[in-house]
Amino acid sequence: MIAIDLRTRVAGLDMPNPTMLASGILGTTADILREAANAGAGAVVTKSVGLKPREGYPNPTVIQVECGFLNAVGLPNPGIRKFVDEIRGLRDLKVPLIVSVFGFSPKEYAEAARLAVEAGASAVELNLSCPHVKGTGAEIGQDPQTVKLIVKAVKSRVNRPVFAKLTPNTSSISNLAEAAVLAGADAITAINTVRAMAIDIETFRPILANKFGGLSGAAIKPIAVRCVYEIYEAVNVPIIGCGGIRDWRDAVEFMLAGACAVQIGSAIALEGLSIFKKICDGISKFLERKGFRSVNEIVGLAHKK
Amino acid sequence: MRLLGWHIKNNMLRVVKILDIKTENPSVKTLFFRDEMCSSAGPGQFIMVWIPGIDEIPLSISSTRPEGSSSITVAEVGEATKALTRLNIGDLIGVRGPFGSSFKVTDGRALVIGGGTGMAPLMMLINRLVEENVEVTVIEGAVDSSKLIFTEELKALSENYGVRVFFTTEDGSYGVKGLATNLAKKLLRRERFNMIYTCGPEKMIRKVYNMARYYSVELQTSLERYMRCAIGICGSCTIGKYRVCTDGPVFDMVRLREIEKYLGAYRYNERGEKVPI
Repeated sequence: MIAIDLRTRVAGLDMPNPTMLASGILGTTADILREAANAGAGAVVTKSVGLKPREGYPNPTVIQVECGFLNAVGLPNPGIRKFVDEIRGLRDLKVPLIVSVFGFSPKEYAEAARLAVEAGASAVELNLSCPHVKGTGAEIGQDPQTVKLIVKAVKSRVNRPVFAKLTPNTSSISNLAEAAVLAGADAITAINTVRAMAIDIETFRPILANKFGGLSGAAIKPIAVRCVYEIYEAVNVPIIGCGGIRDWRDAVEFMLAGACAVQIGSAIALEGLSIFKKICDGISKFLERKGFRSVNEIVGLAHKK
Repeated sequence: MRLLGWHIKNNMLRVVKILDIKTENPSVKTLFFRDEMCSSAGPGQFIMVWIPGIDEIPLSISSTRPEGSSSITVAEVGEATKALTRLNIGDLIGVRGPFGSSFKVTDGRALVIGGGTGMAPLMMLINRLVEENVEVTVIEGAVDSSKLIFTEELKALSENYGVRVFFTTEDGSYGVKGLATNLAKKLLRRERFNMIYTCGPEKMIRKVYNMARYYSVELQTSLERYMRCAIGICGSCTIGKYRVCTDGPVFDMVRLREIEKYLGAYRYNERGEKVPI
């Protein structure tokens, strides 16, 4: 038997396997990020951090619908100046630490990214896609020109890889990807949650305190696969797939669409942190059965004419 | 085609009617409602309670009855709990859960130490321990007599099942004057217990933890942290490497030792800032 090689390189970051902890999932403290890495994640992404502390929205912030979860947490975070303590607490982490940052202007993104890298982040992921906070995330990430300005501002301040996490709440995600890459983005993460809503019929009220939120989980997987496929046709940088991945089949599907790594989020609620190892084992067996030796060989295979 | 269930059964939101309300003391009420999943909760498990238009907060289940009703016992401390205590019979609340770990029933002799509404999960536990013929000693502590809860139930358990019950108040207005932990220390010095169960203010829990270490007694405690999702993904309620919502809320001695540096010392607030307790 030939050993299957799961090692992946994303924009210069060496990962022992292609699974990553998605942003917004756990990712709040050094201890819990380390726990995800110990459980087998090939890289971990922090919860999004901005320049200033934010409380987020009142509860309910995370609820369950038929086909996934709906959340409007509202980007609570202690501000990057405090969060650097958590980043510094991970200096000895064995896998890449990617710090997700957001801002209300290109300058704010750049400053948060600079402080994150200074504290030891292996890379930054720009949250251009949170669908439920005014003035940041998807609201500004839907406009290719703004995406360009933000990526440019960040690239001019940091010397580590910059990932742009894009929103599916747009008419053309590949236009956004092209804008990000033109401005220097080293990789694209796709997708963030899809703007959505749920109403309780007994009390006649929207359930989320913020009324609108982002849908994750099974419902959005086909949307995410389509987005990754389109982006792969449009740009030439690594793509990190995200959206409804629960098992190795889902991960393989994203890779065939063009993702060289996958992020796992909501499914942790169902499978626990052992999900990373389970998905890796499943991918290995699949590769072996299909006669591949490295996980990199299947990236984008669905595009073959 | 794989049709995987992409949901957690207990996590579906159910909207239920308040069937009965009991006033425990001037600031604490117990609300009764009917929900099948909640009525199967173990002692120590919690639910997320949605007060439409206000907030959603975690609360321990304080009792379950075989006919399908359950209760939560809530003290007025903030906006959400105040709104809950002002609800009337027939009003609607949402519930998700039950979530998390339960207290495990011990053999032999148990010492239960509760402070404030920390008594809510412990009351359910005490009833379970009595059912399982465990020899139970209860110490309930409060600032003054007006803050004690479940006094009637505990007295009834004492008379009918021989549960040894002590009340302590800091001002001596009821029971033994002083802190629950001081009385606990006296008992631990001269008696042998197989298990300590505690819930209440975390400073009190920390003292109990230190005593349990000192006297080499096993301990189970229910901890509290700011909570959002209750299903182990949002990262709001972490304590060290654990999530209170899924790894807890009940922690045993093995795990408590791993998170010792946080216990009674630090927590992360709504913004994710590490703050002293």
